[in-house]
Amino acid sequence: MLEAVDLECVRGDRPLFSHFSFGLAPGELLHVRGRNGSGKTTLLRTLCGLTRPAAGEVRWNGADIHALGDEYRGQLTYVGHSNGIQGELTPEENLRVDVSLSSNTDTTLIRATLERLELAAYHHFPAKVLSQGQKRRLALARLFVQKKSLWILDEPLSALDVSSVTLMTELLVEHLARGGMIVMTSHQEIEVETRSVLKTIKLD
Amino acid sequence: MPNLIKTVAFLFRRDLTVALRRSTDILTPLVFFVIVVSLFPLGLGAEPTVLRTVAPGVIWVAALLATMLSLNRLFANDYADGTLEQMALAPYPLTLLVFTKVAAHWALTGLPLVLISPLLAVQMNLPDSAIGTLVLSLLLGTPVLSLLGAVGAALTLGLRGGGVLVSLLVLPLYTPVLIFGAGAVSGVVTGLDIEAQFSLLGAFLALAVTFAPWAAAAALRVSLD
Repeated sequence: MLEAVDLECVRGDRPLFSHFSFGLAPGELLHVRGRNGSGKTTLLRTLCGLTRPAAGEVRWNGADIHALGDEYRGQLTYVGHSNGIQGELTPEENLRVDVSLSSNTDTTLIRATLERLELAAYHHFPAKVLSQGQKRRLALARLFVQKKSLWILDEPLSALDVSSVTLMTELLVEHLARGGMIVMTSHQEIEVETRSVLKTIKLD
Repeated sequence: MPNLIKTVAFLFRRDLTVALRRSTDILTPLVFFVIVVSLFPLGLGAEPTVLRTVAPGVIWVAALLATMLSLNRLFANDYADGTLEQMALAPYPLTLLVFTKVAAHWALTGLPLVLISPLLAVQMNLPDSAIGTLVLSLLLGTPVLSLLGAVGAALTLGLRGGGVLVSLLVLPLYTPVLIFGAGAVSGVVTGLDIEAQFSLLGAFLALAVTFAPWAAAAALRVSLD
C-alpha cells in the first residue's frame, strides 16, 4: 500500500503542489495527469524517494519511505525520462545490470523479456544503435526482469509505436492482475477494462 | 549479503567493460601523463642532475593532473543516461556502489599510471633505487586521488563548467598527497629516511577509503534531487 500524505513539493522557489494526498492499494493504477511543468515528474521522483518533499511524507505500508530505505527500494522499479541504458553495452548486458541492481538474482527472465518486447534480434548490438522507441522498450524491460511490485513510470508510452503501446498496456494490466501497483504519467488515455482499478489525478 | 557481493563484483566488471569498449577514455589520461612528463626534458634541457632533482615533483604533478582530467568521466556518463538514478534506487547502500565505481576508476586510470611510471622515471634519469619508491608511492597515492576526486565529481555533477570547478575543489585537497608522495621519492634520491612519508600516505589512504565514498554518495543524492 502506497500513500502520500499532505505532500508539498517545490522546484527552486516555485511551489508545484501542496496538501496532496492519495492512497494506492495492490492491483490499482494511478494515472497522474497535468499540463507540462505541473510537477508530474517531481511527484514521481518524490514517490521514489529521489527528491525530498518540502512537507508531508510518502508511506509504504504505513511507514515513511525514507525510514524504510533499502526495504522500500527493494519493492520498486522506476523508469524515468532517461532510459538508464548504457549505449556501449548490449541490451542483454543492460538488463543484467538491472537485475544486479535489484534484490533478485534471476537472470533467466532476460531472454524471454527481450523476446516479448521484440528486442531479441538486437541482443548482440550495442544499445546505442537502437532507435528511440527500441531504447524505451529496453528501459521498460527492466520492469519484467526486476519483478518488483510497485512500478513508477514517467511517460512510459512516449516514443512507442501503436503495437508497442498495445503490448505495454496488456503488460500493465497483467501486472495489476497479479496484485502489482503502478503510478504513471501519460498524456495518452490508458485502456484498462475494469475501471475500478484506475485512479486519475490531475495536477494543476 | 551474497547478493551484495555479487552486485558489487558485477558493477565493477560492467565499468571495466564499458571503458574497454570506449578505449579513448582510458588512453587519454595515460597519454597526457606521458606527454607532460616528456615535455620537461625538452624544456629544461637534458642535464641529468637537473632532471633527477625535479623528477619526483614532475611525475607526481603530472599524475595529479592526469587523474584530474579523468574525473568528469567518473559519474557524468551514468548521470546523463540515467544509470546513476537506478543505482540510487537499488536496495543496496549507495556508499558501496560509489566505492565500486571509484575502484573501477582507479583500475582504469590510476593503475596504468603506476605501471608506466618506471619508464618515465628512467627518462627523467631517476636512480634505480628510487624507481621502486616512486612506484610504491604512486600505488598508495593514486587511490587517494581517485577517492577525493569522486567527492569533487559528485558535488559538481550536472553543473555547467563542472570541469573547471572540480579542479578548484579537488586540487587543494590533493596537495598533501603531492607533498608526501614526491617527498618520499626525493628523500630516496638524497638518501633520507622516508618511513614517515609512507606512513602518512598510508594514513591518507585509510582516511580516504573510510570517508570519501560516504561523502561522495551523500553528494550524489543531493545532485540527483
